Amino acid sequence: MEKFEKVTGIAAPMPLVNIDTDMIIPKGFLKTIKRTGLGVHAFDEMRYDRQGNENPDFVLNKPQYREAQILVVGDNFGCGSSREHAPWALADFGIKVIVSTSFADIFYNNSFKNGMLPIVLPQEQVDMLMKDAEKGSNARMTVDLENQEITTSEGETIKFDVDAFKKHCLLEGLDDIGLTLEKAAAIDTFETQMHQARPWV
Amino acid sequence: MSAPKTLYDKIWDAHVVSEDEDGTSLLYIDRHLVHEVTSPQAFEGLRIAGRKVRAPEKTIAVPDHNVPTTLDRAKGIENEESRIQVDALDKNAKDFGVNYYPVSDVRQGIVHIVGPEQGWTLPGMTVVCGDSHTATHGAFGALAHGIGTSEVEHVLATQTLIQSKSKNMKVEITGKLRPGVTAKDITLSVIGATGTAGGTGHVIEYCGEAIRDLSMEGRMTVCNMAIEGGARAGLIAPDEKTFEYVKGRAHAPKGAQWEAALHWWKQLYTDEGAHFDKVVTIKAEEIEPVVTWGTSPEDVLPISGSVPAPEDFKGGKVEAAKRALDYMGLEAGTKLTDIKIDVVFIGSCTNGRIEDLRAAAEVVKGRKLADGVRAMVVPGSGLVRAQAEEEGLDKIFLDAGFEWRMAGCSMCLAMNPDQLAEGERCASTSNRNFEGRQGYKGRTHLMSPAMAAAAAVTGHLTDVRKLMELEDA
Repeated sequence: MEKFEKVTGIAAPMPLVNIDTDMIIPKGFLKTIKRTGLGVHAFDEMRYDRQGNENPDFVLNKPQYREAQILVVGDNFGCGSSREHAPWALADFGIKVIVSTSFADIFYNNSFKNGMLPIVLPQEQVDMLMKDAEKGSNARMTVDLENQEITTSEGETIKFDVDAFKKHCLLEGLDDIGLTLEKAAAIDTFETQMHQARPWV
Repeated sequence: MSAPKTLYDKIWDAHVVSEDEDGTSLLYIDRHLVHEVTSPQAFEGLRIAGRKVRAPEKTIAVPDHNVPTTLDRAKGIENEESRIQVDALDKNAKDFGVNYYPVSDVRQGIVHIVGPEQGWTLPGMTVVCGDSHTATHGAFGALAHGIGTSEVEHVLATQTLIQSKSKNMKVEITGKLRPGVTAKDITLSVIGATGTAGGTGHVIEYCGEAIRDLSMEGRMTVCNMAIEGGARAGLIAPDEKTFEYVKGRAHAPKGAQWEAALHWWKQLYTDEGAHFDKVVTIKAEEIEPVVTWGTSPEDVLPISGSVPAPEDFKGGKVEAAKRALDYMGLEAGTKLTDIKIDVVFIGSCTNGRIEDLRAAAEVVKGRKLADGVRAMVVPGSGLVRAQAEEEGLDKIFLDAGFEWRMAGCSMCLAMNPDQLAEGERCASTSNRNFEGRQGYKGRTHLMSPAMAAAAAVTGHLTDVRKLMELEDA
């Protein structure tokens, strides 16, 4: 996984609440056996009509937001299915950071595994960032993971929380499986003990 | 004496391999269920890294999302991408030596129905699958939740998962359900009350008399939709009904191991005085048969109600409700029972078990499908289908004009050809009413199997109690 660098980029506003994984990537695109190439289909049913023409009203189709790297979104983003195709599609589109008042658990975890940073903030701060994002491409935000800080286009800073282990993995671009395999001896021991205690498992 | 623990605490503690200072834990996984949609990239990752599946004997694979449910499906899958995905699972199961139920096997079905049916799911286990409805297995007092594909690969390679512990939430349903009200009405009503983010960051334990009174099938329906309430998992403490259901199943323990297992399972309950971070209590008597009107599972109303107006809501939900009404083609103030339907879908991991088919058949028996309505019954597994046929349920459905299908996920998410056409309105026993879920621009109303059957025979959303000639309807 690539290391997460400081991001300075365009933020796109998507204030709708409960944006679900079916909206982020409709099931027709789950038939792939690859991880790549889904960016063009991100938000497919909102972004295109049935003939594949762009819907000009959809935020990411507007000229000022086509290069967005940050999404400021409504509450409970990513609810629904466990499909990692949702973060794959957003990451492939070029999204690096998503800010909301809350995320669905599985989507939240999946994002970190794909080098994306989901940030949870109180309503007032999300409202403020939403307003900043609505200004368009002249308004660029900076997200600094190392210092856990967002800087708005006006130069205001907002602190955010992030799990220490997840932060470390993102900054270093670490592969979870490699890390866990370093603990193989502990897993062996646990299995041996469990086989004694619960042999039916 | 140690502090009182919740059921979740107990299962968690029994599976921690190691714990870091910040609480990040390595959790051992007892059962890993795998289907064709969320696993190909994970197996590919193993191949690239030259890794094996650590515990193939604890890994169970079955194709379900893409499989056709038509009677002639032995001739193969027409859609090329779907076929490639199912073929990939065939190959991966063989190459990595995991337990496998191919489409041709009578035991094939929806992964969350096959697991419990074959006795893979047992109380006190940790169960994961690259599928959010893994919550279903919580009905056995197993800690079960969905994971993404990166985590699928992690579990395949290490039989563990890196996890932070969730908070404890209790949902108590006191008293007794009234006639005509089912497990689906409980689980939808809970989401209606708490919202789709109400359980975020929590593991829910469902308890109370009405939960105890449910069969294992009903408990699976309740836990299945814990994820729709935002929870990481749903749990119900195991009891005699659980043990009775598990006993004798293909992969359940036998003999002395059964006795040892039973001894441990009987300790799987929340201790008196254990701490819950959040508590929700609902009176069973106040739960009515419900349906959804919008495009989020929290858009729940009793069937006696009317379509709400956006201004009935607050904050971001006002815009969402406006959008939902537009998508659903509904006017505020319309009585729910005046909403006409085109399609009925009975099936899914929420309601594709034998009890669900019995409940629907009871309503359908002696009646006919309403004019212009298309209806399909899709059993959750080949064994559910066989059982239903033994009981003559297939005949009841066929006589009424329903289609009687082979097992799979089918129109719950419409990855196979079972889809709604643009603008079609469906009474569905599935779990999600999201935009486009059952087909592009398709409109979904979620409800219980009995309610879906009632809609099928009347042609509009209907209070099933009217058809049951119940006095309190």
